Amino acid sequence: MKVDSLQIPYSKADTPTKKQKGKLPLWLKGLVLPVIVIAIWQTVSGLGYVSETVLPSPLLIVQSFIELVLSGEIFEHLKISILRALGGFLLGAGIGLALGLIVGFSKPSEIYVDPTMQMLRTIPSLAVTPLFILWFGFDELSKILLIAFASFFPIYINTFNGIRSVDAKLFDVARVLEFSKRKQLTCLIFPAALSHILLGIRLSLGTAWLSLVVAELMGSSSGVGYMIMDARQFSQTEKVFVGIIIFGIVGKLTDSFVKVLEKRLLKWRNSFEGVH
Amino acid sequence: MAVQIQVDEKAFQIDTTKKVVLDGIELKIEEGDFLTIIGPSGCGKSTLLKIIAGLDTEYRGSIEINGRNVTKPAISQGFVFQEHRLFPWMTVEKNIAADLNLKDPTVRKKVDEMIEIVRLKGYEKAYPSEISGGMSQRVAIARALIRDPEVLLLDEPFGALDAFTRKHLQDVLIDIWQKKKITMVLVTHDIDESISLGTDIAILRSNPGQLQKLIHVELAYPRNRTNPSFQYIRQQVLQEFEKTDTVGYKDGEGI
Repeated sequence: MKVDSLQIPYSKADTPTKKQKGKLPLWLKGLVLPVIVIAIWQTVSGLGYVSETVLPSPLLIVQSFIELVLSGEIFEHLKISILRALGGFLLGAGIGLALGLIVGFSKPSEIYVDPTMQMLRTIPSLAVTPLFILWFGFDELSKILLIAFASFFPIYINTFNGIRSVDAKLFDVARVLEFSKRKQLTCLIFPAALSHILLGIRLSLGTAWLSLVVAELMGSSSGVGYMIMDARQFSQTEKVFVGIIIFGIVGKLTDSFVKVLEKRLLKWRNSFEGVH
Repeated sequence: MAVQIQVDEKAFQIDTTKKVVLDGIELKIEEGDFLTIIGPSGCGKSTLLKIIAGLDTEYRGSIEINGRNVTKPAISQGFVFQEHRLFPWMTVEKNIAADLNLKDPTVRKKVDEMIEIVRLKGYEKAYPSEISGGMSQRVAIARALIRDPEVLLLDEPFGALDAFTRKHLQDVLIDIWQKKKITMVLVTHDIDESISLGTDIAILRSNPGQLQKLIHVELAYPRNRTNPSFQYIRQQVLQEFEKTDTVGYKDGEGI
């Protein structure tokens, strides 16, 4: 008799789903903590325990946000900030990914390039800011280069580590199947290192966003960072809060985007997801 | 002649000592034959298979497949590893195709045919983490077979599987061998497996690895393990094994 159980057609529908009736959706669970904090904050502000200039109430911040939306000011600043961050990220992460792939793939490249990269990595972005201003002035270029400098390293290191952690036994398979160098890269190295690369992208996006604040605070006439600095000068604390919250929300959205990408591209992974 | 094996010496450097693993092995495998290689642990049977595959080229001697000298791994020497070594990010069908384009109708047809042969219909879209070890090993066999190798080399492919799955896969392998009429070399440590599958059994002794005996098996397939002829061959292999034990582990030596 044959082992009949092996002939049962595979179906993803057979696997139990994580959704259970009567339970809060995951995204709603993530909102529980901020809602509690905001409720306490509103109560404390409403009772007049803290000055509005020091800590404006959430309602005042919302009001300020609505005003900024209606006037269209927020969108102008946000558009410029996003373009700056994106430009810097694409430049830095693009070079980081390419160099990480080259250095990870070839041993001589590692010997010649990696020690310098490791030295540069330890230099804080803030330390190179004055140099960038001296070289490129206060223009867009210096801001984009500062963001690029900061977002280069996370993706470079993660791509390099991703390639070096590819199971060596799979290279024997590639040899037996006579993979060309290009196929080795596309069919083996890149997919095997993808989880590390995506982590690098997440970290790089985060760093790009953080550096954007530094770049815009160091001197600019537009962008969310400028809006914050401007509001500070006029003691418009609620506007400062709007700027900070915008930074937080956009940062979280970009991170979530990469996480969705991770879920789609790494659906084959069978790793521990944490206990429920 | 399908495969001509001549390994004069294969040695490893362990610290400062040279350790000879294979010494003077000469074997000829006729086209369409199924050779099983068996021997005590550390006798160099897997090393020998890697040499035949071209995965290990640091030895004295030569390997010829259909008159061609083997100097590197190639798809004409299909290889199935002890662990399935599937690409975890590829589905079953993509693993079988690997670097071949699944959208190509010829490749698609061959992949479908392979899936049918290794009895994996219905699992084409499953990832390796979603199927059993036995099924994964069948995918690995299909991946090697789809490239029409001249010889299929199998390194203890069923070693880590349970008895039921192993028996099932042995049947699958014999089925493939009879249909495709392909030359096969299988390394195993399971005596029954070597007799069930092989047209010839090469018994190796260790320290250094040398050919102890080559037994020709004249039994019809599928082979019944309770058959007296099967038991007789088993007895013969065991006797040779006892001799290899004395040779391999004299003075408490062993690799």
